[in-house]
Formats: sequence, structure tokens, C-alpha cells
Amino acid sequence: MEPVLALVVGGLYAAGLYLVLRRSLVKLIIGLVLLSNAANLLIFTAAGLTRARTPLIHPEAQRLTAPFADPLPQALILTAIVIGFGVLAFMMVLAYRAYQTVGTDDLDAMNTTDT
Amino acid sequence: MNLLLVLPILVPLATAIASLLLWRRRAAQRGLNLLGAFGLLAAALALLGSVSRHGIQAGQVGGWPAPFGITLVADLFSAIMVVLAGLIGLAVAVYSLGSMDRGREAFGYYPLLHLLLMGVCGAFLTGDLFNLYVWFEVMLIASFVLLALGGERAQLEGAIKYVTLNLMSSAIFLAAVGILYGVAGTLNMADLAVKLRDAPQPGLVTAVAMLFLIAFGIKAAVFPLFFWLPASYHTPPVAVSAVFAGLLTKVGVYALIRVLTLLFVQDEGYVRGLVLIVSALTMVTGVLGAVAQREFRRILAFHIISQIGYMILGLGLFTPLALAGSVFYIIHHIIVKTNLFLVSGLAHRLRGSYELKDLGELYRTSPGLAVLFMIPALSLAGVPPLSGFWAKLALVQAGLILEQHAVVATALAVGLLTLFSMIKIWVEAFWKRAPTSGPETAAIPPATGLFLTSPMILLAGLTLLIGLWAEPLFALSVRAAEQLLTPAMYIQSVLGGAP
Repeated sequence: MEPVLALVVGGLYAAGLYLVLRRSLVKLIIGLVLLSNAANLLIFTAAGLTRARTPLIHPEAQRLTAPFADPLPQALILTAIVIGFGVLAFMMVLAYRAYQTVGTDDLDAMNTTDT
Repeated sequence: MNLLLVLPILVPLATAIASLLLWRRRAAQRGLNLLGAFGLLAAALALLGSVSRHGIQAGQVGGWPAPFGITLVADLFSAIMVVLAGLIGLAVAVYSLGSMDRGREAFGYYPLLHLLLMGVCGAFLTGDLFNLYVWFEVMLIASFVLLALGGERAQLEGAIKYVTLNLMSSAIFLAAVGILYGVAGTLNMADLAVKLRDAPQPGLVTAVAMLFLIAFGIKAAVFPLFFWLPASYHTPPVAVSAVFAGLLTKVGVYALIRVLTLLFVQDEGYVRGLVLIVSALTMVTGVLGAVAQREFRRILAFHIISQIGYMILGLGLFTPLALAGSVFYIIHHIIVKTNLFLVSGLAHRLRGSYELKDLGELYRTSPGLAVLFMIPALSLAGVPPLSGFWAKLALVQAGLILEQHAVVATALAVGLLTLFSMIKIWVEAFWKRAPTSGPETAAIPPATGLFLTSPMILLAGLTLLIGLWAEPLFALSVRAAEQLLTPAMYIQSVLGGAP
């Protein structure tokens, strides 16, 4: 399972980076979403995949016996997804306001503050 | 749980919540803003006093024991940074009372400012890498809104660059955290420091260190990752610029120093050599960028980058003296740089422009402002006996002891160019005859004037005080550096027992 996920993560990173480098504001946002999702999947994969072993203590047992699926990465990902969602919502509003004010979604035209 | 540890987070949070509840009451929000800022500074000073007397303090949120729960840790470096956040918070909170327009005040400027301070303090106090990510995001989302609040064209364009590059940095940070968890199975910094010492894959750990270097390097605006800073810092109202300039990049520097002194100490030669090269290039690019500029705040923004180079120079040299120099430099820089932005704001208020060609004769019309500019400007360039001189002296000494002559020469040359930039502002804005077509000096009501000048006088006074009486603060920096170089103390206070 890991090689497949590793390829998916790599593909997401590649696609995200490619979109971020485009001139369109909308593609930039999609690229950022892909990048943050790639990071989430990377956490999931790098922390190790354990199939069908819930981290619950059996009624007769005193303690958890390995191997079991680590719940912490999923908690981390959940937090990261929520944060990413909030930031994405802000980014979309910002992009829309910028489009209204500047009159274009071409990032190359938004260069008045550059030096 | 030590109450002092959570107060620097709770005070701004309570201020922000109360301000949100009083959404339509402008006067109440302004009063709360002042109260919250004073409260934060008092809490920070109490924490610094306690850490200075009793050593490193650690607390476990929710009572979960150390490697499992979220840990809050305050060593001297953290406590100093929290005090600086409180100080800059206070200066900017007072300045905002006189400079912020009613539109921004009505749309939540004050709650956002305090949420930003909460994020900054949280990042300084956390002892858990994932928690650090969360505090970074708290700080970033507040700064995003502060930057874009008002919706002027320049602000929106600046905000898009700022948001994009900071989100990329967050994504890299998150990826690094994930891989690190895969390697070590923990994210508590003290626990990581223990487990990474004999990690089975040292190559992978170095790769993760590089990811952190890039992620925090973007936040700290080091070469070649600084492009978001000069594109955005001159766009918002000057109070926002000042708090960003004082605190935000320094959170990146703090995180860099923290992870490179505590976690990634195995492959030191490679990482530190890289940091040294990056610091030299950062100093040079920043100052050359500033030389090319003709606008007050753009010059200052480029100088932030150049100064960041000095701060991480100490990290690259990695001796007790060098790190003490870095800590001292951060203290000096935060105070001075915020003050310079505040001065540029008052000049703009008086003449209606940030362009140097439109300014002039301020020395004749407002001699007090000229003095208030001269103190931080000369300090930034490192003219004795001001604070910047002692900071540079410590770093140069440390460099000479290690015989890193190239870097020392770079640092000194950059200091000279900094002086050139400051003199350029002085000649253009203060000395030269005002352009005849330019607007007349605007009159400022006395109450507003008090709000605008008192933070500048406070910060300039501190610069003088640090310069003339540097010994106590330098001794404190040396102690902070000793703690940074002895991770065992940090580990012991978090995990308990023998290190």
C-alpha cells in the first residue's frame, strides 16, 4: 500500500507545484489546496500504515498489543485539514476581492507592489 | 500547571474575545486594547522574572504527562521573546489609537491585533512541534486579515503574495513534521531531542532539518526565500507594518534557532555551514535591495531582511558568544525596527507621503521627530554607543575567534551600507529643502499626537538605555545562550528525571 500512496503524494506535489507556477489566480489556489492535501497524505503515509488493527484494548487484555494503527497522525491530519479549510476560505475571498479591485486574475499584472 | 506560562496566551485571547463582544462600541474596544496590551506586557515580565530566578519552566496542558500531551515551555530565550512581543504589542496598540482610521477600527482591527499577539506568544511558548504549526497558523491567519483589512489595491496585491508564500511554507513545515513523526514517533520537542540523537537514519534526519530550514527560512525571510516581504510590508497601515516588522519574521528566526539548537544537532557541520552562507547572502542582498529603494517603508522592509542575516549568523557560528550575540541582536532589532516604522508613519502623517522625493525639511519643522529617527537609525547601523553596536560587536568577536573572516568582513561592510541607507533617509526626508509642490505640514491634534509619539519615545529611550547600560541585558543573553546550548536542561524540565 505504501508505494501506491507514495506515488499519489508525489503526484499531488508535482501537480500542486505546477499549478502554483501558473499565472492564473484560480489555478494558484487549486495548487495550494493540492499542496496542503499532499502534506496531509504524507503524514498519513510516513507515520506507517497498519490495516484493520484498531488501537482499542481488548476486554480481556491489560494493555494494547502491537501491531496497532497509530491514531495520532489521523488527529494531526484532522487538525491540518480544518486549518487548511479556513485558510482556503480566506484565500478565495481575498482572490475574489483582488480580482474585483485589480480587474484581472493574471498574477503577472499584479506587480505594482513589487520592487 | 503554572499560571504564568499560560497568561501570555490567555490575556490576548480574553482581550480579543471581549473586543469581539463589544463589536459596535469603538471607545470600549480602544480601552480594552490598551488594557490588554498592558496586561500582556505585565504577564510577560512576570514570566521572565520567574524564569530568570527559578530556571526553565514547563507545564502540561490538560495534565497529560510529557511526551503525550501538549507541553508549554519557557526557557530564558522564550521568555525574552514573549517580553518583546508584549513590548511591541503595547507600543503598537498605543500608536494605533492615534493612527488607525475609523473604518478599520469598526471592522475588527483591535481583536485581530490581539489574536496576532496570541499566536506569536503561543509560538514562543510551545514545546511541541505540531502545536508550533498550529500557533503559526493562528498568527498567520490574523496577519492575513490585518494585511488585507481596508482592501486597497496595493494591500490586496501584497496580501496575495504574502498569503501564497506563507501557505507554501506551512505546507513544507507540515510535511517535515509528518516525516519526523515517521522517523521518531513523537513530536514533543524534548522527547525528539532525546530520540533523534540515536536515530537509525541520520541521512533522513538531515533531510528533515533541511525541510525545516526552508519552512522557517520562508517565515524568517532569509535569502533566497524573502520575496514576499518587500512585496507586502509597505502596503498596510503603518501600525500593522510596524508590528509585522517587529515580530513576525522573528518568530521564524526563533523557530529556526530552537530546532537547530535542540533537535538537529547531529550533523552540525553541514547544517551550520549552510546557515553561515545563507546568513552572509541574506545580509548582502537585503542591504543592496535597500540601497536601490527611494521609498521610506520599502527601504526599511529591505533592511529587515539584511538584519535577519545577522541574527542567524550567530546560529551559524554556534558558540556561546555567537548565540548570545544573536539573542541580543534580536532584542535590539525588534525595538529599533518597530520604532523606525512608527517614525515613517508620523512623517507620512505630517507630509502625506512615504516617497523620499516628496519629503523634506522635517528637521526644521519637527526637530523632535528628527531626534526620534536618529536614535534608532544610528542604532540599526551599529554606531556606538547605541544598542546595535554591542549586538554587532558580540557577533564580530565570535566570528573572529572562529576565524570566519569572510563572514565578519561581510557583516562589517553591510553595517556601512546600512549607515548609507539611513543617511539617505536623513538627507532626503529631514535635511533637504521641501519640494515646493508638496503638501504643507498637517496639524495633529494634541491627544492624537500623544498616542503617536509616546510609543516612539518609549522605544527610543529603551534603545538608549540598552546602549548605555548594555551589561545586564548582555548577561541575560549569555545565560539564554547557555540554556540553548545545553539541551539537557530543557529536556529535564519537560520530561523530568535525569536527562
